[in-house]
Amino acid sequence: MSKMHLDPQRTIERVNATLGRRYRKEQRFRRFGLGAVALGLLFVALMFLNIIGTGYSAFQQTRVLLDINYSEEMIDPEGTRDPAILSSANYAGVIKQALRDRFPGVTSRGDKRELYTLVSSGAALILRQQVMENPGLIGTRASVWVPADDDIDMLVKGHIDRAVPESERRVKDQMVAWVESLEVEGRVAKVFNTTFLTSGDSREPELAGIGGAVMGSLYTLIVTLLLSFPIGVATAVYLEEFAPRNRWTDLVEVNINNLAAVPSIVFGLLGLAVFINFFGLPRSAPLVGGMVLTLMTLPTIIIASRAALKAVPPSIREAALGVGASRMQTVFHHVLPLAMPGMLTGTIIGMAQALGESAPLLMIGMVAFIVDIPGGALDPSTVLPVQIFLWADSPERGFVEKTSAAIMVLLGFLILMNVLAVILRKRFERRW
Amino acid sequence: MLNVTPNSVGSVAPPAGVVGVGFSPTADDSRVISGTVGDIKAADPRMTARNVDVYYGDKQAIKDVSLDIGKNEVIAMIGPSGCGKSTFLRCLNRMNDTIDGCRVEGRIMLDDQDIYDRKMDVVPLRAQVGMVFQKPNPFPKSIYDNVAYGPRIHGLTDNKQELDEIVEQSLIKAGLWDEVKDRLDSSGTGLSGGQQQRLCIARTIAVAPEVILMDEPCSALDPIATARVEELIDELREQYTIAIVTHSMQQAARVSQRTAYFHLGELVEVGKTDDIFTNPSHRLTEDYITGRFG
Repeated sequence: MSKMHLDPQRTIERVNATLGRRYRKEQRFRRFGLGAVALGLLFVALMFLNIIGTGYSAFQQTRVLLDINYSEEMIDPEGTRDPAILSSANYAGVIKQALRDRFPGVTSRGDKRELYTLVSSGAALILRQQVMENPGLIGTRASVWVPADDDIDMLVKGHIDRAVPESERRVKDQMVAWVESLEVEGRVAKVFNTTFLTSGDSREPELAGIGGAVMGSLYTLIVTLLLSFPIGVATAVYLEEFAPRNRWTDLVEVNINNLAAVPSIVFGLLGLAVFINFFGLPRSAPLVGGMVLTLMTLPTIIIASRAALKAVPPSIREAALGVGASRMQTVFHHVLPLAMPGMLTGTIIGMAQALGESAPLLMIGMVAFIVDIPGGALDPSTVLPVQIFLWADSPERGFVEKTSAAIMVLLGFLILMNVLAVILRKRFERRW
Repeated sequence: MLNVTPNSVGSVAPPAGVVGVGFSPTADDSRVISGTVGDIKAADPRMTARNVDVYYGDKQAIKDVSLDIGKNEVIAMIGPSGCGKSTFLRCLNRMNDTIDGCRVEGRIMLDDQDIYDRKMDVVPLRAQVGMVFQKPNPFPKSIYDNVAYGPRIHGLTDNKQELDEIVEQSLIKAGLWDEVKDRLDSSGTGLSGGQQQRLCIARTIAVAPEVILMDEPCSALDPIATARVEELIDELREQYTIAIVTHSMQQAARVSQRTAYFHLGELVEVGKTDDIFTNPSHRLTEDYITGRFG
């Protein structure tokens, strides 16, 4: 070993010599980090712009004003006003009549068939509902706003270009002319699309809504929350406060951590094999969906809850034990209340994950086409992310904006939940 | 390469029986620990420990300690860091139970019950042997709830009036009543460090224990708060038996009647505080109190 002496002069020289390089390194690193953040923000902005730009128009619906003749001979020829007859009457015929009355020049069969596609098949349902509620309408005339067909909707919203040649667009010149004549009379209007928010899925884009999927997601999340929160918290409390440290608890811990990394579709397969095939629970039901998502969320909640319990200072436990509290009293009177905000935050994050999950639900049949809005956790239903998947897969032009709009609704819920988590954390944060 | 002087202490094995970490005593027979010097017995013992060994896993933290804790006296336990004084204190109300891998052997009696007996329940034990910790650790609840917690969980009172009475009495005994009587509902964590520690003492005496263990109760306090707590300890002596662990020899001299000097897990010397500080029998005790190490 050579002998070496350090003296202050030498130290300062050496330090100064390397100073520039050190600072340059720091600068580079800082710029690199800023660049990464900027790039991330750019992608997020692009994503939001794209989704909102495509999806906002789904919140509007094109309606057409028709002069309806509630003629007695078409709706209730015998004059009985029997609800059964009123319910099954030919309202589509009434709509067709109104269209023929408006465009008397249309005579050929083919042209008439095209004329009838101007308005949605849902228009007849609106008339039926009106008449069922108020049979006094029969025999009168009224102007009624009915939803336009999805192609007309796209045309009015500008998603179908009127300038391109007829052969390259879905809507024929003749139909464009009809629509334009209606527009001139002020018989075409865009209104807020309540159908999209309240109704279930449909093959017709103008009649499809996310109501069913939202309710399905709600029931699924309620089941998930009711199962995963108590189980997760109980597991965390046992492992952290009561369990002895030995090989078994180590094994349990390793397994919980590994479960957090299992691909979610595997949980779906497990749900299919165990809950549906073995226990015989119904397919496509939010109950089973919630149980599968519980399996998926549990590791997140357990890990977050254990971290929250670990963050409670040991001095609080000692204080409680020191005055003679039992272990159970120590945990329930002092440790758990202090850890609760952290646990709730973890739970909300886990719920947000569960809300956005689609893969495991595909396996248990929640991907089915379901028109009815589910009324409980045992009714067949679908969930928001799966609904998005279904619509993204549909060929109709009208579903493009619906897909983006459904993503907006889903993101809205996710942002809401995350904001709630942040607020809870800030509100109940304790300092010692 | 930098030239570093090798640590001679670590490389040279100390002679058998001589404790040689951190300081280098001459190989002198007077520093050998061969049993405890002085009288381990108290005139009127409340707790008696006999041949206590404590292990943390494989490591032995306390070796064969026997000591009495007498009624209405303050016994101070002093010694360098890691000497086992806190470990011994925590044995007295079985707080060591919460530490994984901690094993206690020997016998510790409270009056005439063995506290490490299978049938002994720690909950009533800790109600009888209270503890005040190094760092003030009030619950993040109101001052009232802090003091009322012990009586509540043990069901010591029949109605709110009695509980109010206990809270008031405990705070008066802890010398905190005048400072907090107008804000019993405000948080215990909002008090100053010294007040927090006195709140912890009030919380401990609210369950009327027989013995109070104090683990360096003043190490986180400033001199004024320390003086206040020391005064309090002296007042509490009339009703309670107190064992206090301290790093401050002046504090031991001020508050205690008996002093026990621990060294590397062994009890080196016990005796009347005045004797220990004026005329220590063992060389190690002398080295420590004269400031030669520690």
